[in-house]
Amino acid sequence: MRDFYGVTLANGLMLGTAQYPSPAVLAEAFRRSGASVATVSLRRESGGDRAGQDFWTLIRGLGVHVLPNTAGCHSVKEAVTTAHMAREVFDTKWIKLEVIGEEDTLQPDVFGLVEAARILTEDGFQVFPYTTEDLVVADRLLGAGCEVLMPWGAPIGSGLGLNNVFGLRAMRAHFPDVPLVIDAGLGLPSQAAAAMELGYDAILLNTAVAKAGDPAIMAEAFATAIRAGQLAAVADPMEPRDMAAPSTPVIGTAFLS
Amino acid sequence: MSTITVIGAGVAGLCVARALRDRGADVVLIDRRTTPGPHACSWWAGGMLAPFCEGESAEEPVVRLGGEAASWWARHTDVLQRCGSLVVASARDRADLARFARRTTTHRDVTQAEIAALEPDLDARFSRGLFFESEAHLDPRAALAQLRDGLIAEGVTLRQEEARPEDHAVRGLTIDCRGFAARDTLSDLRGVKGEMVVLSCPEVDLRRPIRLLHPRLPLYIVPRGDGVFMLGATMVEGSAGRHVTARALLELLTAAYALHPAFGEADVLEIGVDSRPAFADNLPRIRREGSLIRVNGLFRHGFLLAPALARMVAEMIFDGKTPEVQDEVAA
Repeated sequence: MRDFYGVTLANGLMLGTAQYPSPAVLAEAFRRSGASVATVSLRRESGGDRAGQDFWTLIRGLGVHVLPNTAGCHSVKEAVTTAHMAREVFDTKWIKLEVIGEEDTLQPDVFGLVEAARILTEDGFQVFPYTTEDLVVADRLLGAGCEVLMPWGAPIGSGLGLNNVFGLRAMRAHFPDVPLVIDAGLGLPSQAAAAMELGYDAILLNTAVAKAGDPAIMAEAFATAIRAGQLAAVADPMEPRDMAAPSTPVIGTAFLS
Repeated sequence: MSTITVIGAGVAGLCVARALRDRGADVVLIDRRTTPGPHACSWWAGGMLAPFCEGESAEEPVVRLGGEAASWWARHTDVLQRCGSLVVASARDRADLARFARRTTTHRDVTQAEIAALEPDLDARFSRGLFFESEAHLDPRAALAQLRDGLIAEGVTLRQEEARPEDHAVRGLTIDCRGFAARDTLSDLRGVKGEMVVLSCPEVDLRRPIRLLHPRLPLYIVPRGDGVFMLGATMVEGSAGRHVTARALLELLTAAYALHPAFGEADVLEIGVDSRPAFADNLPRIRREGSLIRVNGLFRHGFLLAPALARMVAEMIFDGKTPEVQDEVAA
């Protein structure tokens, strides 16, 4: 299994911490799914200053790796400032870098993303960039020092699944050694399984779990699907074919009787 | 029975004092101020008594216990309005309306024409909605004032003091209803920041609370009469500072504008911010430590849940009944 800046994760589920009905439900979703990483937004969830201490204490108390993010940042400067604050609050070099370029689709501003990734990497951060499936951008991000890539499945919170399977498959083939995480846009566990079957290393989710009627059960469903997809990828699936292929030999049996 | 001291004269303290008086107790009420005001979280409340709508994200007890609220407020004040609540979403957020409908009960689907019949000013603005006919709302500040005045008229003392509940508990039964201020002794209490705006917009006439669903910026607007509206409320983890963020204002006003463009011309009368006191599951608790009873964690459900909690406190004291929201933890 590919590691994330030297850290091997117990499973491929990274779970967001926003929008749950209550912190108790959030904690139950983590407990039930065994998610190995918690992403947390410093801007949206905390009012941006030390006021969020209670919530951050709760996140630390989940006992999983914390991946702070720069959700809601629209410029390089905002993202860099937020990353610094995150490093201070959570005492981690990890940062999920989001630079939003467009408000309706929350599509990443890939130009700002590459620039912010370079600045943060030079400053000692380990950057998890939220990007598209564009190979050229991916290459620039690696050039900027990123050792993980996080392409979107679909726009954040849309629940549409893997919008561009061809692009995501190409990305996997193009960067065989880079840990790849599907970040955003999934709504159903089957979509997460499909992403893992493509050979992706992890899935990052928030809305699909937090906004489910029962977030804890949905988190477990995702964890189970991710495990299934991961096993399938390891097992090397058969190739699809056009004609039927009998699973038992035909010759020599009394099939005409 | 000797005098019972209630500390905190926000919605929880006033309801508890009222319920204790109704059982014949002598009550002394203590607060940092002698009149309801901006120092209390409940001053900033929306005043929606909407247990079924809240059921969209709240746990079952909120819906059930909140069902007691409307009749309680009708008995003890004259500010209750029973007009139901209306939930709408723009065409592109129709999925959120379907989700809201699935998670809640007692509503009926309403068409554009039915929305117009309920709220003429929303005619042609929304093609579908949900109507919760049995829900109610009130003006929270008027309700607090009436409860307070009623208690004083009956001879209840309201004393201005920065009280420590522990100091009073050694002298007699004491109910700590201080809300977020009790954070000094309740370490598992957290603050959830809420920001709100009060607008004056005589051009718009609405009869009942309207909830506008949106994946990121859900909003409710509660009519206060005379063209005044309360617009709320953000939910941000973390206790509030003194100021509302520009983002919160932007989001609240954008949502109001989306509900009706005439809100663009409204006068902004007030901008408010405070911390809702909440436990990890966002459910309230009653805790008893000898002669000290703590009532807290009403979260965004102060006016909705305070009547039920007040009843439970009275039943605990006078009938020896264990409140269903009493927790095991003795701090």
